Amino acid sequence: MATDDTAAPEGRTDLNAFVTRERIGPAEGTEDGPLAGRTVAVKDNISTEGTRTTCGSAMLADYVPPYDATVVERLIAAGATIVGKTNMDEFGMGGTTETSNFGPTRNPVDPERVPGGSSGGSAAAVAAGEADLALGTDTGGSIRNPASFCGVVGIKPTYGLVSRYGLVAYANSLEQIGPIAPTVREAAELLEVVAGPDERDATTHPAEDVPDSFVDACDGDVSGTTVGVIDTLLEGADERVVEVFEDAVDDLAAAGAEIERVELESLDHALAAYYVIATSEASSNLARFDGVRYGVPGGDEGNWNESFAGAREEGFGAEVKRRILLGTYALSAGYHDKYYRKAQDARAWVKRDFADAFADADVLASPTMPVLPPKLGESLDDPLQLYLMDADTVPVNLANLPAISVPAGEADDLPVGLQLIGPKFGERAILRAASAVET
Amino acid sequence: MSETPGSVDGEEVRHVADLARVALDDAEVEEFAAQFAEILDYFETLDEVPEIEAEPELVNVMRADEVDDCLDQSEALANAPESEEGYFKGPKVS
Repeated sequence: MATDDTAAPEGRTDLNAFVTRERIGPAEGTEDGPLAGRTVAVKDNISTEGTRTTCGSAMLADYVPPYDATVVERLIAAGATIVGKTNMDEFGMGGTTETSNFGPTRNPVDPERVPGGSSGGSAAAVAAGEADLALGTDTGGSIRNPASFCGVVGIKPTYGLVSRYGLVAYANSLEQIGPIAPTVREAAELLEVVAGPDERDATTHPAEDVPDSFVDACDGDVSGTTVGVIDTLLEGADERVVEVFEDAVDDLAAAGAEIERVELESLDHALAAYYVIATSEASSNLARFDGVRYGVPGGDEGNWNESFAGAREEGFGAEVKRRILLGTYALSAGYHDKYYRKAQDARAWVKRDFADAFADADVLASPTMPVLPPKLGESLDDPLQLYLMDADTVPVNLANLPAISVPAGEADDLPVGLQLIGPKFGERAILRAASAVET
Repeated sequence: MSETPGSVDGEEVRHVADLARVALDDAEVEEFAAQFAEILDYFETLDEVPEIEAEPELVNVMRADEVDDCLDQSEALANAPESEEGYFKGPKVS
């Protein structure tokens, strides 16, 4: 290659979108592959053999995986060139990419503002043209949130569509790897490459359950499509966001879609349920970080409990510690029924509410985020305020459904994303509707 | 244990931190106690959730136990801060 296109473009203030810049792939003989000639940025919680994978954490600052995630294998087999590992909220815990051990990422649209999170580096890289495409991960909105804040497209696939083999787990019953791209069609192209069953991830669905193509669904033809607007999620949203959202819904109607308004009562409890379940799973998934097989060592003084506690105190940032402790508390004797059991009931209720809504609607719609992108530093003092920003995205993860965030316009020169939610394995329906919003 | 639902004191935070093997300092214990009180208060909304009959779609994904390629010993040890003669080396048990 004549130029080193892994370096930050000259003249641009570095957005800090990348933790590690490194070229990986493409595999030999893939010049005609579906991603030939394209560059992809990969979120730093996805394992890349021989290239450090930090999860945005001091705990894994020097961790080099001995194997590739399945999605990485599929990217390079499709002819893509991976250009680096992107910055993220530590272990995926956050919505602004400000909890990263490696400093925050800036939003290319307004560098004084956050790019969203936790896949902020991936979204910023695509928005700034530092990569053609990117992979992110979404546990409670972490693909859709930064896609919305950076003005690009992001898809959280149906749970079980994309293999999690090689994804460092935060909340394994909620998360999926998914594409971030400048357009709906390009996101669909990337999704086609990474989706599909994997015998190394027993939660992936077999081929007969899932669509075999996505790109041809991006035709913008919504005549006869019923779109259910979730009024429950409009309450409390910034009115500038709502205005852009409603205008985009009117455009869908003008393109032939039928609009209905729906209320989903269970969604009022979704955020609490999400934070109980996600933190509970996190407390288990992050128990492996004790400084013995990998990570920051705790030293030889004291017994193993003291050593492990020291390693974890040093290696984890505040938000990670907060969530591990909350999850431990929610699962502990005496509190398990009050928090964890009730959260599972809420999850079942959310699933049922969505299933009922899809009896009458083809896709559901809401703003992706209830607010415009905040300024850097604004969100750090009050954890609960940060969690409330996830209100529109977390219900989708609880229900294991697919959702896409597509740019719907701007308010005060800042991007506003429209979220479309589909039934299980209904990616084609949301791609179709999203491509109509795009035009 | 505190009596009031949703309120958390420093002792409880220390207990949970002990369970989770995280050595918090005093400032963190105090900060977390205040933050948890607020967050757990928010979680009270779960009390209003009715009991739902979940309809799980469970599929048996067990497979035959067949030996396949795996990491070799040096690959498995490569990220360990300390190892000795092919073993992970860790702190003493007690």
